[in-house]
Amino acid sequence: MTNVFCRICICKMQMHTHPWAYLSLSKHYNTFFSKSHSVFVHYHTVAGVWSEQDRKRVMVTIIRTMFSKDFMDQLFKPQPLYSHRTLKTVLTRLAHTSIMRLSPASMDRLYELMAMAFKRQLVLCPRPRDLLLISYNHLDSVRRFVEDTPNVLNQVDETQRRIIEVYTTLSDAELQLLRQTLLIFLQDMHIRVSFFLRDKVQNPNGRFVLSRSGPVPPGTEVPGMIRMLDSRGREVKRAHFPSGGSYSSPEREGSFSLHGDRVTRLGTNIYGVSQEGETHANRSCAAKGSPSPRPLASEELNLLARLMGGLEVLQRPGSDPAYRVNLFTMDPGEEEEEAEPGESFGDVVTIQATPDAQASSELARIAEVFTDQHQPTEEPCGSSSSSKGADLLALMDTC
Amino acid sequence: LSKMYHKEKSLQIKNSASALYNNLSVLRIAPRSLTYFTVVHANTVSIVSASWDGLNTSHRQLQSKEPNVATSNSLIMQAAWCVLPSRDLLVLTSQKGIQMYESDGSIMVYWHALDTPETATAQAVFARGIAAVRENYICVGEASGGILVFDIPSKGGNITLSEVLEEHKESITDMASECSGSQECIADMVSADDTGTLCVWKSGEEFQLLNKITGFDMSCSSVKLWKGTVVAGYGTGQIRLYEAVTGILHAEVNAHARWIYSLDIAPFSGLLLSAAEDSFVRVWHLTMTPESNTVEISHMYNECVTDTQICGAKFCDGDGYAFGVTGYDLSEIIRYTQS
Repeated sequence: MTNVFCRICICKMQMHTHPWAYLSLSKHYNTFFSKSHSVFVHYHTVAGVWSEQDRKRVMVTIIRTMFSKDFMDQLFKPQPLYSHRTLKTVLTRLAHTSIMRLSPASMDRLYELMAMAFKRQLVLCPRPRDLLLISYNHLDSVRRFVEDTPNVLNQVDETQRRIIEVYTTLSDAELQLLRQTLLIFLQDMHIRVSFFLRDKVQNPNGRFVLSRSGPVPPGTEVPGMIRMLDSRGREVKRAHFPSGGSYSSPEREGSFSLHGDRVTRLGTNIYGVSQEGETHANRSCAAKGSPSPRPLASEELNLLARLMGGLEVLQRPGSDPAYRVNLFTMDPGEEEEEAEPGESFGDVVTIQATPDAQASSELARIAEVFTDQHQPTEEPCGSSSSSKGADLLALMDTC
Repeated sequence: LSKMYHKEKSLQIKNSASALYNNLSVLRIAPRSLTYFTVVHANTVSIVSASWDGLNTSHRQLQSKEPNVATSNSLIMQAAWCVLPSRDLLVLTSQKGIQMYESDGSIMVYWHALDTPETATAQAVFARGIAAVRENYICVGEASGGILVFDIPSKGGNITLSEVLEEHKESITDMASECSGSQECIADMVSADDTGTLCVWKSGEEFQLLNKITGFDMSCSSVKLWKGTVVAGYGTGQIRLYEAVTGILHAEVNAHARWIYSLDIAPFSGLLLSAAEDSFVRVWHLTMTPESNTVEISHMYNECVTDTQICGAKFCDGDGYAFGVTGYDLSEIIRYTQS
């Protein structure tokens, strides 16, 4: 996601912004799909519809398309800034190279989510050069998805080599210009994301929380000191002032090469921030694969998975080739009326599907689960949130 | 220390501020007891005219659409008022060129197109850095490092490009003229670039380079010139005070935890305002010691604009009695006045 955006912007600045935004967007994309896929796997263990091979195939298909040479060549070409609409179309098509079919409304919501996740990284990244580390964090995780498929892995490596080649040579100032352009691209987007709100990284007004403590970026001194020098450069006086924050010395520099510790956490887990333990718990539950009792969130995902699992069956000749899956609430007035904090994705998941009898009964069950606000709240895996949507998304991001 | 400034009612602006250096300009119209504020939002500029009590405001929007350019809108990099003895002009710099308006934004009096390559290249094209110098010059920086010197007649649109100064190797970030009004200062203007290099100029029919202060590979995002002292703010969060003509470094301040976006000086009182991405605005005091011809800096005041990457901060008057602040994604100008 970051990459598509960045890519876009740099181009606008007539530099190479494009791959950035694109790759970064697509990373979020990947994360999204991989989550779905982890669900598929789980489903497979229960019902045996989706095989491990199926899952792999879909994931690899998306990544292969995303990182194909032609596509990347196109992406790295300097060109005018994409509009949000164009970008969304590109990402939709990308999704559709797999068997997934997202409804336009779901796609819109997914896009908004990705945009906000990316915006958060841009806003919080302590210095412009950290954009690179964030992007490498993305690519590191993409690489993990395809580690068993050498040719696709090579594509990803090749992309990262190109990014390193093009971007590491940029100066801090150029990266700052890139970042500023991307910030303009995402300006005035104040969509509130439930898990950001819950984690207190986003305010109810949609602004992200800026820290006034912690390490300053490499190259920066902790604020609070004035040094006076004489004409020969000797220090003659030193004074201190209160900085108003509690800053500490910089952390070590992250790795800007193909592999290594990026140090920054930005870009490693877009949805989870402080609640990593929690999502972890959810995940381990899902991984157990025992049909019941299950935490509410994984129950939902299971049903979703079953519905999607049906895709394979339905794609046989003569039947409607694809389900349309709505992952997010489409309450039309929601954005305008600014739902209460924490509720923006509260009743999140609605699913529309083809009028297939079997699917309909599935749907009915799903609808039942998703609309019932009085579900038993015992969630053995420690998720205490009443926001099921957030759980779903958190789960999606733990792979 | 009691609170030096207190917050006043904010001024709403039509569009939020973009994350650009020095993204707030202020013009005081004393005869009418008005203050004009301008803030850049992507390809538009918001102008707010406010009475001094802040109760009456009026708004105007300017677009970066250029008269003779068929292409789509381009991003604006900076908007600033230029105050010359004979007239005030509002100058906009974008990726396509430079626009000069009458100070209220009503009439565009001049348009200068930048040389843009036919095909897209990796080289950025834009203008940034605006300064009014002495009687009749307005200087504007370019991404290529060039500085365009425009000769401004006392009225009308017969503005001419009189000179291009080619000393900087990297994109110009900001420029400033001597703001104390003192005729004793030799240097008239300072220009800064993306490597932190500072050039000190004497104006005239031909501008003369007085000194070049080499940077340290870090952007100088905002620069000021006061009583012969260059005040420079950097991406490292540092503020440095140099003697303009000698380049002697007098003071080094670890001022902010993130990139500095804006500096301003109240010339009569010597108050210095600094603002950064770290959400802090700080007020400093500069004092000249005439005997040794050195400058000292002391810290006066902190203000935190919670969760705001500040991109513009300017004093509203020459004494530093009031200042305005805005930040990325913020649709207001927050005003502070001395208690």
